[in-house]
Amino acid sequence: MTDVVIAGIGQTIVGEHWELSIRQLARLAVRAAIDDANGLKPEILIVGNSLAPEISHQAHLGALIADFVGLQGIEAFTVEAAGASGGAALRSGFLAVASGQVDVALVVGVEKFTDEVGSSVEAATTTAEDSDWESIHGMTPVSQAALLMRRYIHEFNVPRHAFSKFSVNAHANGALNPNAMYQKAITDEVYNKSGIVSDPINMFDVASIADGAAAVVLTRSECLPKSFPHRQVRIAGSQTSTDTLALHDRSDPLTFNAAKMSVERACLKAHINPIQVDFFELHDAYSIFSALLLEAAGFSKRGSAWELAISGGIEPGGCMPISTFGGLKARGNPGGATGVYQAVEAVSQLRGEAGANQVLDARRGMIQVLGGPASVAITHILEAL
Amino acid sequence: MTDIISEPSNILLKPNRPVGIVGYGAYVPRYRLPASEVARVWTEGEAALPIKEKAVPGLDEDVATMSIEAARNALKRAQIKPGDLRAVWVGSESHPYAVKPTSTLVAEALGATPNVQAGDWQFACKAGTEAMVAAIGLVGSGMANYALAIGMDTAQGKPGDALEYTAGAGGAAFVLGPAEKSLAIIEATYSYVTDTPDFWRRQYAKYPEHGQRFTGEPAYFKHITEAASTILRETGTTAKDYQWAVFHQPNGKFPQKVAGDLGFKKEQIAPGLLVSVIGNTYAGAAIIGLTAILDLAKPGDRILMVSFGSGAGSDAFTMTVTDRILEKRNLAILTKDYIARRTEIDYATYVRYRGKLTLK
Repeated sequence: MTDVVIAGIGQTIVGEHWELSIRQLARLAVRAAIDDANGLKPEILIVGNSLAPEISHQAHLGALIADFVGLQGIEAFTVEAAGASGGAALRSGFLAVASGQVDVALVVGVEKFTDEVGSSVEAATTTAEDSDWESIHGMTPVSQAALLMRRYIHEFNVPRHAFSKFSVNAHANGALNPNAMYQKAITDEVYNKSGIVSDPINMFDVASIADGAAAVVLTRSECLPKSFPHRQVRIAGSQTSTDTLALHDRSDPLTFNAAKMSVERACLKAHINPIQVDFFELHDAYSIFSALLLEAAGFSKRGSAWELAISGGIEPGGCMPISTFGGLKARGNPGGATGVYQAVEAVSQLRGEAGANQVLDARRGMIQVLGGPASVAITHILEAL
Repeated sequence: MTDIISEPSNILLKPNRPVGIVGYGAYVPRYRLPASEVARVWTEGEAALPIKEKAVPGLDEDVATMSIEAARNALKRAQIKPGDLRAVWVGSESHPYAVKPTSTLVAEALGATPNVQAGDWQFACKAGTEAMVAAIGLVGSGMANYALAIGMDTAQGKPGDALEYTAGAGGAAFVLGPAEKSLAIIEATYSYVTDTPDFWRRQYAKYPEHGQRFTGEPAYFKHITEAASTILRETGTTAKDYQWAVFHQPNGKFPQKVAGDLGFKKEQIAPGLLVSVIGNTYAGAAIIGLTAILDLAKPGDRILMVSFGSGAGSDAFTMTVTDRILEKRNLAILTKDYIARRTEIDYATYVRYRGKLTLK
């Protein structure tokens, strides 16, 4: 099969973009990606978005954004997989290009939370849960994560402060990323003193949801112009796995099975062992997720990922750098745009254009995005050619 | 087809006839609710407190009675007869009546009726400064010699809401008159206004609603910064040219941040920064800060004041204190003495005084 390569990347800074609508956010990222792709003309636009119908009262983003970015007439639609929508859109674009049905695909992840404020935003985020069994009883995504963290602490007899390094590492990396929502490093002390959001989750265990858009242009190597200025980055593996929506339907909630399966299958396609990736952009919406995902990918034994964090293994110079641009924690959690942000960041790393955030000699990266507590997990392996 | 006549390039508002503050007066009710009491009841004591305490009006106080108190102080300093006032304008977002003026009641109580303009102003927290700009216009045009502008509030905070910690009570009154009789001469004003719905209370609603952090950058900071930087630029001044500055103060953090961003030092805003001890007095917030500054300013001192009202807009004023401040200042109660007059109450008493237990 011919390689599918990521030829263009674009992103907006993540934050509270009160003065930008969802179409304007998308346009900023799309224009940047098309410029970066050196004039490739997309035949399809795939939008990754999770909450626009609920929060912005706007469905039908495919046609809306195609029109607004000046691509009237092309094929366009939205892909939804809760927080993993961006990853699902990326995979759809990969399939479209790999199949030969199109030569160039444009994928944009966009989320606009600030069309509403307060409890209505929180209510919207609960729609990714099992409505009959979870959200209707008042469970929110944060309280789901809090149940997992409490269980993890109990099951593995982990000290409460064990999770601090996930947040400290993310903020140290975010401090160097001009597109991060929080460009400020924190200390263990700041982490330990911060207030409780949903016991035992504190303010620095949870990523802030915020507005953002990221876009990539996909094509096949042979479709690239001769003058293409960047190092080529190919999608070596792309896999999605699912699990139950409700936590109580899982025999072992502390194993993120969908994450585990999608890593195994994506690596199989890429003909590598997971350990052969140089960095891992994971879905650190909560610090407990960082721990569970490192374990699901096989980088740590069950119940011990926090030790990898404390030993410095997750830092840019460690054995498995994570959240290299700040992750969801410091770059911000732009909902359904997250998976595309991860792709943009991984391409920056693999092109050697990551600036202060550069992981040395990065040749291969893994990105993984979740919907809910790994009710869906989408994993891509990217490789520099 | 008629040509469009271009406007003069100077966008500052300046009266034809120089105008200043002839008299000023503050009022703060005596009761204080510590922010820790709100936290005790609503968050089991766990909360970052935005202020120390807020002023609470007594059972027999409202915007009308409080406006009368402040206006009497202003008249004492102005040393004019109430009948010399040709306008009594009250700015507030807690007028006791939806239909029926507060200002007629205040004018009557002061003895300013019947040869007088009277009207109520409403523009969230900048209703008082809007009334001041109008009063400058009335005097500056020569239509009147004296006009009274008041900003006063008994702010409504929904029980348990973030604003309940700060929604305070108090305000100030200003007699605007000819510059030659003024204790501070107003050089210019400038207003920056857009339709930005960051905070509102609809008809028949008891408590206001707000857009959470939307009230920050796109509303408070944007409008104050635009108003302040425009008046500084157009008057050819910078923060260094002013001894004192006061900004709308909904909490302790916002005015300190905006002051720092505009180049003002802590000492310049310290005397007017009263929010931590009386709360956010809404339409009274910037202008009661101005009274505290006038209470200690020296002749020749320059002052910048910038209000902010949700909805949204900011009024900026530059003024210079005259020699008359020395003879006028002690003719009425100083603002710090009102703040020192303090009776602490608990949350239950606050609930009773503010009518938060509705029995029907």
